[in-house]
Amino acid sequence: MGEQADAPLKRTPLYDLHCELGAKMVPFAGYEMPVQFKGILSEHLHAREKAVLFDVSHMGQMRIDGEAADALESLVVADVKGLPVGKVRYTLFTNAAGGIIDDLMITQGGYYLMLVVNAARKAVDFAHLRDRLPGFDIHLLNDMALLALQGPAAASVLSRLAPASKVMLFMTSEALKIGDIRCIVSRTGYTGEDGFEISCAASEAEALARMLLAEPEVMPAGLGARDTLRLEAGLCLWGNDIDETTTPVEAGLNWAISRRRREEGGFPGDEIILRQLFDGAPRKRVGIRLAGKVPARRGSRILDGDGRDIGVVTSGGYAPSVGGPIAMGYVTPAVADVGTSVQLVVRDKPLQGEVVLMPFIEQRYVK
Amino acid sequence: MLPVRFTREHEWVRVEDGVGTIGITDFAQGQLGDVVFVELPAIDTEIARGVQAAVVESVKAASEVYAPVSGTVIAINDSLADEPGQVNGDPQGAGWFFKVRLSDPSELDGLMDQAAYEAFLRSLD
Repeated sequence: MGEQADAPLKRTPLYDLHCELGAKMVPFAGYEMPVQFKGILSEHLHAREKAVLFDVSHMGQMRIDGEAADALESLVVADVKGLPVGKVRYTLFTNAAGGIIDDLMITQGGYYLMLVVNAARKAVDFAHLRDRLPGFDIHLLNDMALLALQGPAAASVLSRLAPASKVMLFMTSEALKIGDIRCIVSRTGYTGEDGFEISCAASEAEALARMLLAEPEVMPAGLGARDTLRLEAGLCLWGNDIDETTTPVEAGLNWAISRRRREEGGFPGDEIILRQLFDGAPRKRVGIRLAGKVPARRGSRILDGDGRDIGVVTSGGYAPSVGGPIAMGYVTPAVADVGTSVQLVVRDKPLQGEVVLMPFIEQRYVK
Repeated sequence: MLPVRFTREHEWVRVEDGVGTIGITDFAQGQLGDVVFVELPAIDTEIARGVQAAVVESVKAASEVYAPVSGTVIAINDSLADEPGQVNGDPQGAGWFFKVRLSDPSELDGLMDQAAYEAFLRSLD
């Protein structure tokens, strides 16, 4: 009765630590993950004020050995050939229709490329890479953990434990020892704050997490805060704000397509995407600030001033640092301009909103 | 001590002189997490037992609150507009939602008392 036939949920190397720290665990992308520890609000605000530690070991870490930059350019929109050793770049796997198979980070490691992809997409991405790049050794690094230290105090915390991290620039990656633990540290993140993503052997993840959590500025944070932080930062979540039916141009990710790739194309869906870059896309992702206190969630209809349907919310909720509800969604280009009045329908009632610039908060990446 | 009755959906109602004060339980607020907004019924609304009477918006999601008893809404907790966190901090006190004049007090017989509700919570583990 009521038995679930689903595959058993996987656990990250930090599962026991999460439980010890009192996390509320939920199923997410096939894993048992902490949604919150003390509470989403306090974790969110702590990330904006000091630093929080996320377990993102469920995400897919992959390595492509050899000189793979040329080959990878056939699958992504980024300039991979021009990526210097030690640099990290955000990019997109696209399909023949110009849709987004996944968004990911690429690091040029010299003799290899490191990829970090979304948890829910790692099997799809891995199969895609193997199918399309048959001549390469591609490894899914299941024995690696990934932690994210995010917040304005992240740099001072990490520099105490790994002094060499002090000189790292945004979107760079270094092999560093934190304490005695060998790590690959990237100065990247999705909170709009300064921060680092730290990859290490799964067997050492708990020791590393305990070391970071022992620093006075750091508290653990879960998926809930991760979602409110990235929404305020105006960043897309695959499966919500982007998917195989949205193009990079519709999603407002034009900046991820470098100049050379715009001129040369050579990625799946290039004709459609490059045409949209030139002519505009049929819809556009926008940020919306609501006037009242009622949050509009994913799926809420977006109406124009005359009550006509013009789009739908793809992510929305209460934004702790904004102090009110925000949303992002797709609308027709005619109403995509900042300052346009819109209405979001929540429980059959229209709520007043306005198209605003994203991010919703000031970004504090260290550039 | 006024008797408090509970539903399987984790609402509570405390009755005095034919008026029921209604809110959600400590268990419910713990499940929902940080409450950021509560949509309350309008005064004078006629509500029926088991139908949606309020909505709690937490950071994560919107959750419906069902009327544990039927009646007419005679008061709402205005202070939740500015301090929705009272639902987390004091769910059976300052975090109450609304009051109804009961139209059928016999409905209380179908609800759980404190001991039965606690046993029900244990059965959920």
